[in-house]
This record gives sequence, structure tokens and C-alpha cells, in this order.
Amino acid sequence: MTPPNQQRLWRFHGGLHLPDNKAQSLGRELTQATVPQRLILPLQQHIGEEDKPLVAVGERVLKGQMIARSKAYISAPIHAPTSGTVASIGPEPIPHPSGLVATCIVIEPDGEDAWAELPEPMDDYQQRDRADLRERVRWAGIVGLGGAAFPTSVKLNPGPNVRIKTLIINGAECEPYITCDDMLMRTRAPRIVSGIKILKHLLEVEECLIGIEDNKPVAIAAMRQAVTDAGLQKTRVVTIPTLYPSGGEKQLIHILTGKEVPSHAIPAQIGVVCHNVGTTAAIADAVLEGKPLLSRIVTLTGDGVAEPRNLEALIGTPVSDLIAQAGGYTNAVYKLILGGPMMGIALHTDAVPLTKAANCLLVASREEAPDPSPVRPCIRCGECARVCPVSLLPQQMYWYARAKDFDKVQAYNLFDCIECGCCSHVCPAHLPLVQFYRFAKNEIWAQEEEKRKAEQARQRHEARQARLERLERERKAKLRKKKEALEKKKGAGGKEQDAKKAAIEAAMKRVAEKKAAAAAPKNTEGLTPAQQRQVDNAEARRRAAETEGEQEK
Amino acid sequence: MLTLTPILAITGLALVFGLLLGYSNIRFHVEGDPIADQIDALLPQTQCGQCGFPGCRPYAEAIATGEAEINRCVPGGETVIIALADLLGRDPLPLDADVGEPKPKAVAVIDENECIGCTLCLQACPVDAIIGAAKQMHTVVRDLCTGCELCVPPCPVECIHMEPIKEDIRTWRWPYPEVEFEPAREATA
Repeated sequence: MTPPNQQRLWRFHGGLHLPDNKAQSLGRELTQATVPQRLILPLQQHIGEEDKPLVAVGERVLKGQMIARSKAYISAPIHAPTSGTVASIGPEPIPHPSGLVATCIVIEPDGEDAWAELPEPMDDYQQRDRADLRERVRWAGIVGLGGAAFPTSVKLNPGPNVRIKTLIINGAECEPYITCDDMLMRTRAPRIVSGIKILKHLLEVEECLIGIEDNKPVAIAAMRQAVTDAGLQKTRVVTIPTLYPSGGEKQLIHILTGKEVPSHAIPAQIGVVCHNVGTTAAIADAVLEGKPLLSRIVTLTGDGVAEPRNLEALIGTPVSDLIAQAGGYTNAVYKLILGGPMMGIALHTDAVPLTKAANCLLVASREEAPDPSPVRPCIRCGECARVCPVSLLPQQMYWYARAKDFDKVQAYNLFDCIECGCCSHVCPAHLPLVQFYRFAKNEIWAQEEEKRKAEQARQRHEARQARLERLERERKAKLRKKKEALEKKKGAGGKEQDAKKAAIEAAMKRVAEKKAAAAAPKNTEGLTPAQQRQVDNAEARRRAAETEGEQEK
Repeated sequence: MLTLTPILAITGLALVFGLLLGYSNIRFHVEGDPIADQIDALLPQTQCGQCGFPGCRPYAEAIATGEAEINRCVPGGETVIIALADLLGRDPLPLDADVGEPKPKAVAVIDENECIGCTLCLQACPVDAIIGAAKQMHTVVRDLCTGCELCVPPCPVECIHMEPIKEDIRTWRWPYPEVEFEPAREATA
């Protein structure tokens, strides 16, 4: 029999043991970042529909005031992180692999940090309607803080016929260098546990498992203590072996429950819901204090920064400000990476803001983020397939993605790839495998979108064609009717009409005769040459006058 | 008798199969041309007419009957030519030089200060993507515009122009990774 605190664990396929490099940023205490000169808030900080601004340039906003939202279901609103004035709404650089700009609301803080009126705390959430609680989480703009930024309220609504059995809280934080969740668990374990209580009530689950990798003993102890203090039933902190990528949602579910989430399915379909520890704490803030998501903990680490540490910073703080508060750059700085070394994206500039999804800023030296080694052709060694945590065949997907054979690459379950980077990491040919998968995924999405648009255009064109034909038919029918009516009339009153016509013709003839008589010149016979010249001159003058008059007109 | 049996048997069989085929022809008759449908499904449906046919469907029918080559669709480009070649079991051809050069994707935009409300562009749009009425300002519904450019020539005040679709974070795609293999080292013997 296993003791109550011991839980049977499973192992997912593949994975990598990486040097964790977490000590650098854990040496300093968690500190509050200062309020910057400018807060830049991109309208798209979540998966789903882009938000629309609710404020105008020049308007004063208060801390916690909603400044952008979308009506779409999969979306999350944005709130002003502090009080101040809206300086501009326009394109600003954002943290995105493309390095492109996107619409952002820029706020100039006034330093007062004056709160807007917040909704009432829901301390009695156990008596509240679950829909109200979900609405509160939705209002608070909470998204998955582990990095995916999927709107949390959507995940809290698994649907009417889905029974959730297990709630999993993700504190694995498996990617090297990142320590923001570790820091949060060390310092705010009771807050996370309050969030767990709310989630358990909201999802009507009994069992909760908190998965933490065994390289975080301090966090594990803090979380165990908090769970005991809160007297939570059927809630266990489970120590899992350190193995990248055990923090992936589907991987963590497999480790803790032994269940695999089917391809193209979500965890709710096997009765599991998984939330990050940061998200859980944010839910507690929203429900118990009525506070929206305004700040997050972010790790600043790497050899390129003087004092690696964790900072709690307002969303929208420029990255350059954060780096300055971590002692600034060192001479070793080579690359700026948002996220960890395995899945992070390179930033083109430090003018970009901190977004809700940003868990780590890795200011890497050349040794930490070396340039890609020269690539060699794939020799089909199969090392990538051995480490793939999703049991895919990366080399097959590589061949087909390279050949742009998108049907085939999908047949090899491209869309189950979590882009963890294990395959590229071990590839002896140094092939940029993940880049090929990202390219293929994007192309397939774009082709689907094009197909959808083509179908829409086809339907509209056919509808238009049908309408034009109908109108033409109607016009012809009308014309035919008119003609028929006319012919009928003609047949009935033929004689009368002939008489009328004759009268008209006679009248017209008379008029024409009269006109001809009036216009013809008189006394033009038997003129002397002098008279004829005079007449000709007069005629020429008249003509000249006529053309002049016309020109003037 | 011996010669009659096979003759009767063959005639009987021919009659039975003849009836069966005749019946099948009526019972399983397919309306329209299924090949043209499949071709039409591959075309981009811009209805631009650059191929020389009045819309995608007529072009699809022309390909199906063999009147037209598969390389006349400008907006579809190489992708469509390859897809058509695959479907029809033909060799892919380069885009026909007569039909014009492929351009970057664009949408029509009406300069609303210039528009006089003549409705000529409304009549030209093959997908009803322009809204307006006589002596009322017209506007293009961006999401519905296929970029066919058919509304541009009829405009008497030249207030319609084609605006290339700008790349933003919604339309951006990961580029194809440029992989250059390291030259193989020569064997040292």
C-alpha cells in the first residue's frame, strides 16, 4: 500500500534531462518593479479575438479600470495597471516572433495609483452561482499565465455534459532558467491554495493534484504547509521527477493520472482540467478581492543581465525598464529571449512591453544561446523520435514539411506537436525541426482560411447569379405582359387609332409645309451682280455672327 | 438445336445486361459534371475573369471539356496549377503568359470623398461585396472582397483603388526555414 502522500506516477515517452539553470535567478528576493514612465498594453495578449479599446486618447483612467474588451467568447479584457492618462492608441512594437508592430494602448501613469471602483469581493463564493464566478474570472481578464495565454474563463466552462474528476495545478515549471512559478509558490502558497478552493468549487471536483518538479524543494514544502493549513481534503502536492517537458499540460496529466489526452482532444474530455499556479493565484485575487489581472511575476535571468532575479511587474512595463531594475545589461549580452531557451522567441528590441503571457526574459550570452550550428542532411538516426514527448515521428514530419506535402505531414499528427524543441535539441544534424513544424502549421491554417474564403465567395457569386437571372426573368415577364396588353388594346380599338394617326400625320405635314415656306428666302430671282454680292456679304456676316454666338455659349 | 442454344444464351445475356445498363443510366443519373465540380472546388473563386472565362465555374467547365489549359488561373498561381494537375493526372505547366502576372493579394477600397454614388461598381462586383445605392456613398466590405479588380474600370471618377493586404500579426506566417547544408568533407585517406 502506498502512503497517503505518495502517489503512483507514470512516465511519458521521451523527454530530456537538461541543466536547469534556475539557481541564478533564485538568489535574490522577489521584488516589486517600479511603475514605468509609459505602460504599453497590446490589444491582443491572449489566444482568440483581439480586444477593442474602451477609452479614448487623453482620457484619464484609474487602476483596475477596464480599457479594452471583445465581445467574442474566446477573449480576455485588459485593465489599466495603474492610474494615469491614455497617451496614445496605435502601433507599437510587441513581443512577437515576426517583430511586427500591433495596436497598443499607451498609458502615462500619474503616480497616484488611484483605484477604480472594483466589484465586491465574493468571500461567500461557495453560495454563489457558478456562472457568476466564471463571469468574475472573465471580467478579471485572466489568461493562462504559464505561457499559452488561453482565456481561463473558457477553460472553467467544460460544458453541460462533461464531468470533471481531477483538477491539476501545474507547478512543474520544467523549462530551464524560468523560476517565476517557483518564486510564486515560495512566497504566496496560501493565495494559490485559496485559488484551488475556488476552482474545486467551480468545477465541482473532489480530487486535486498539485504537480511540482523535485528540483523545487522549498516550493514543495511551502505548498504542502499551505494545503495542510487550509485543511483541504483530497488535495495532494505531488513531487514529480525533473524531466523536460513535464510541465506541458498533456505530459503533466499523463505523469499524475496515467491518462493520455487523445489527439485533437482537450483534457476536459477525459475528466481533467489543468491550471497553472500563477493563474490559480490570479483567480483568488479576482474572486476574493475583486481585483483584475494587473501584474505578474517575471524571471529576468541569463549571463547578459547583472542581477538575475524575479520581479513582480505591471503588465505593459517595457522590457528595457525591467532589465534596468535587474542591474542592467552586462557585456556578455548577446540575445534577448522571451520565455525559456527551449520554447522562447527571440526579441528584436527591448522596447516591447511585458504581456500577460511573459514568464521569463532570458538575457542570454553567446554561450547560453549559441548561433545555430551548420546543418547537415538528416541521416535518419531516429534520436528525435526517441525524445519526442508526444511519441511522434519528427523526422518523417520534417521530410514532408520540407517538401511542403501538407496532407502527409498532417497524417503524421503534426497538430499534436507541442513545439517543445526536444527533437531539434538532440538532432546531430542540427536541423531546425521546430521551425519546419511551425511553418507547416501556419501554411495549413492559411490554406484552410483561404478555402473557407473561396467557399464564401463561391456561394455569394452563385447567389448573385441566381438573383440576376431571377430579375431578368421578371423583367421579361413584365415586358411580355405589357406587349400582350397593348396588342389586345390595338385589336379592340384599331379603327379609332387609325383615324387618330391620320389626323396627326396631316397636322405634321401642314407644319412642315409652313416651316419650309417661312424659311425660304424671297425676291432672289433676277438680281444684278452687285445685288448678288451684297446678299452674299450679308449672308457671310450672319454666318460669322452665328458661329461666334455659339462659341460664346 | 446445338447451334441455337449458344445464340439464344448470348442474346439473352445481351438483353439482360442491356436492360440493366439502361436502368442504371436512369436510376443513377448524375446531374451536372462531377469533374467540373471538383475542379471548381480547387479554384480560388475570385471570379476575376483573368482566365478569359466569365468566372471560376465556366473556367472549371472549360477545363473539364478540354477547351482550356490548367494554367490560366492568375490568383491561384502555382498552387492551383499543381492541384489541378494532380486531380486530372496531367503535367503541371507554368502560368500562361497571356493571362497576366500574379500580383500580391489586395482588396478594393473606395475613396469615399470622391464617390458619386453611380452604382456601376455594385453591378460589376461578382460577389456583392460593395454596398450602396443610387446617389448614396458606396463602400467595399473588406472581408468579402476577393480582389478581382472588376470594379476598378467601370468607376467614372476613378475613386476605386486596390490596396495590397498589409502583413500584421494576424496574417504573418512563420517563413520556410532556409536550410543550407554544410558541404560534405572530403575523405582524408
